[in-house]
Amino acid sequence: MSRHTLSVLVENKPGVLARVAALFSRRGFNIDSLAVGPTEHADVSRMTIVVNVAELPLEQVTKQLNKLVNVIKIVELDSSQSVQRELTLIKVRADAETRSHVLELVQLFRARCVDVATDAVTIEVTGTPDKLDAFIRVLEPFGVKELVQSGMVAIGRGARSITDRSLRALDRSA
Amino acid sequence: MTEEMTGAQALVRALEQVGVDTVFGIPGGAILPAYDPLYDSTKVRHVLVRHEQGAGHAAEGYAQATGRVGVCMATSGPGATNLVTAIADAYMDSVPIVAITGQVAAPLIGTDAFQEADISGITMPITKHNFLVTDAADISRTIAEAFHIAATGRPGPVLVDISKDALQATTTFVWPPVMRLPGYRPVTRPHSKQIREAARLMMEAKRPVLYVGGGVHKARASAELAELAELTGIPVITTLMARGTFPDTHHLHLGMPGMHGTVAAVGALQRGDLLIALGTRFDDRVTGRLDTFAPHAKIIHADIDPAEISKNRHADVPIVGDCREVLVDLLAAIKHEHAEGRAGDYEAWWTLLQGYKDTYPLGYDEPEDGSLSPQYVIQRLSEIVGPDAYYLAGVGQHQMWASQFVTYEKPGTFINSGGAGTMGFAVPAAMGAKMGVPEATVWAIDGDGCFQMTNQELATCALEGVPIKVAIINNGNLGMVRQWQTLFYNQRYSNTDLQSVRRIPDFVKLAEAYGCVGLRCERPEDVDATIRKAMEINDVPVVVDFVVHKDAMVWPMVAAGTGNDDIKIARDMAPVWDNEEQP
Repeated sequence: MSRHTLSVLVENKPGVLARVAALFSRRGFNIDSLAVGPTEHADVSRMTIVVNVAELPLEQVTKQLNKLVNVIKIVELDSSQSVQRELTLIKVRADAETRSHVLELVQLFRARCVDVATDAVTIEVTGTPDKLDAFIRVLEPFGVKELVQSGMVAIGRGARSITDRSLRALDRSA
Repeated sequence: MTEEMTGAQALVRALEQVGVDTVFGIPGGAILPAYDPLYDSTKVRHVLVRHEQGAGHAAEGYAQATGRVGVCMATSGPGATNLVTAIADAYMDSVPIVAITGQVAAPLIGTDAFQEADISGITMPITKHNFLVTDAADISRTIAEAFHIAATGRPGPVLVDISKDALQATTTFVWPPVMRLPGYRPVTRPHSKQIREAARLMMEAKRPVLYVGGGVHKARASAELAELAELTGIPVITTLMARGTFPDTHHLHLGMPGMHGTVAAVGALQRGDLLIALGTRFDDRVTGRLDTFAPHAKIIHADIDPAEISKNRHADVPIVGDCREVLVDLLAAIKHEHAEGRAGDYEAWWTLLQGYKDTYPLGYDEPEDGSLSPQYVIQRLSEIVGPDAYYLAGVGQHQMWASQFVTYEKPGTFINSGGAGTMGFAVPAAMGAKMGVPEATVWAIDGDGCFQMTNQELATCALEGVPIKVAIINNGNLGMVRQWQTLFYNQRYSNTDLQSVRRIPDFVKLAEAYGCVGLRCERPEDVDATIRKAMEINDVPVVVDFVVHKDAMVWPMVAAGTGNDDIKIARDMAPVWDNEEQP
């Protein structure tokens, strides 16, 4: 088993997320993380799906995904050839005594403090899952009151774009 | 073509434009607007069925007999959910159908309105694709897309759910519409490198087998298959979905593989060193336990659906493409190999296989009490009716016997529920098939259990002038389940006794009540005359109640959970394979 990051271009239509999610559950594949959002093309959305599977089931995942009529293109993004980021918002206990320690860690991890209350601060941090895990670990001794994490988004390095060719095909069919 | 009309009119016009001549369905509140213009259509004949499941199976039977897309129609809520079994069936067997359902008006969707069901959500995992249309302007384009998706690539069911207000609204009908399917690009052209590699392996192999599935007939490629088999001399096995694709009487044919396959076909898979799998999906009913399936074989797997390749068994040579194009290219590649002086030598292989064929032909024992054996009925039916007829079966023992004891010579003449195993398939599917090919004789071979699930469509057949013939193989039991209880549950016959032989219901009277001719046959000596009598009646449907012995079992059998090597030719009787060394 290993983690794979799939970038999936889909038609921006109602129900597409349900189709993708239903396919994963029906075929018995687990989604580690999922993020959906718009792209530079209004008719196309992009999903970043992280799955934890072995090589052969991964081939099945992509083939089955490709069979969905609303799926336009699937690219697996290798972690060394792409930039992969998650965003976490963390509310940490921090009073007058501990606040400076917490803010020091915020600096070290290049995170940002986005809200301050008398006994807590809320921190925004982006990074790879490893970095976020490390950050959360160092904050735990202070008391993590609440935590929310986005799905991973990823984009390939270099000048090439995975959307170029697919979107041209879309323009032709429109 | 541009014209102002209602969404409902646009729907009917679009159906006419894509060439629909028959629709099976039942009206209801949400779909009602569509039924009004349908009433005026001179091109589309609507067949009013008695249950929506019947409409779905009829569409499947029509599609499989004609090769065109079958169409069924239902209203929202329960009308739509009653189609679900047939849609699932079509999905499993790759049958091109389009199901059109009415939906509550768009503002009511999501409010738990009267007769509201989220049918597009419900059918998501059992359709090739589905649509929810809430704008009249989208109707004609969606219908065009639905038929295109259903019929091309790997065929399958497509559902179009249309809200009532979209049917009632006014729109501009445009034909032909511009389809917008940027993510739908089925590959039909096989890769030439893979074809060459496949041809090379076929020449090198000592024990090759052509493992043929339903995809070959769906590609209308039985002529090319026959040419390839004859050119190479490679033995052919045909799965349940492929029966008839290669003639049963052909000397290269080993029969059906799988749980109830012939010893020769199963033995060929287990001993083969190369499987050329064409339009087939290594279903568990064929492979048995995967880890002991075809242990010595390399695999060439050609299928139009890339997701089938290496799904269950790794393919050494994967070929994505339409089976006809694959076979045409393969033929050219083999001819090239032959021209270069390379040809396969399968003589030793055939000696072994011919031994299996001769030693273990399909057979059965006559009941000792002189009662009727189901296999005999089906065998005589085949011999008297002949290979030009279409045979449809439900699911269970009668289906397996219909596969084993009818001699199929022509592609597409055996239509049954393979993947889904839907009891009740035969009668409505036979109705659909008969409407698609009215000149042909259509026999439904059904079990008494199956028949009682969908026989209400006999009323439709009688009223619409669809003279199908039904042979009920009546053993008074859910026979296949009973067989498993006999073999695996210590003869504890929990809830399998339907008592239909006690004539509740009386199938002859039931047939008559439906306006059909009902016949009964209980003795071997009456079988021929009864079949001949049924063959003479061509103005109304005929139902024959063949009362058969309940203890007959389907053999050979590879028990569920065991491997193909554990095939039994009768209870506790395994074939003697051979003494030669394993390849």
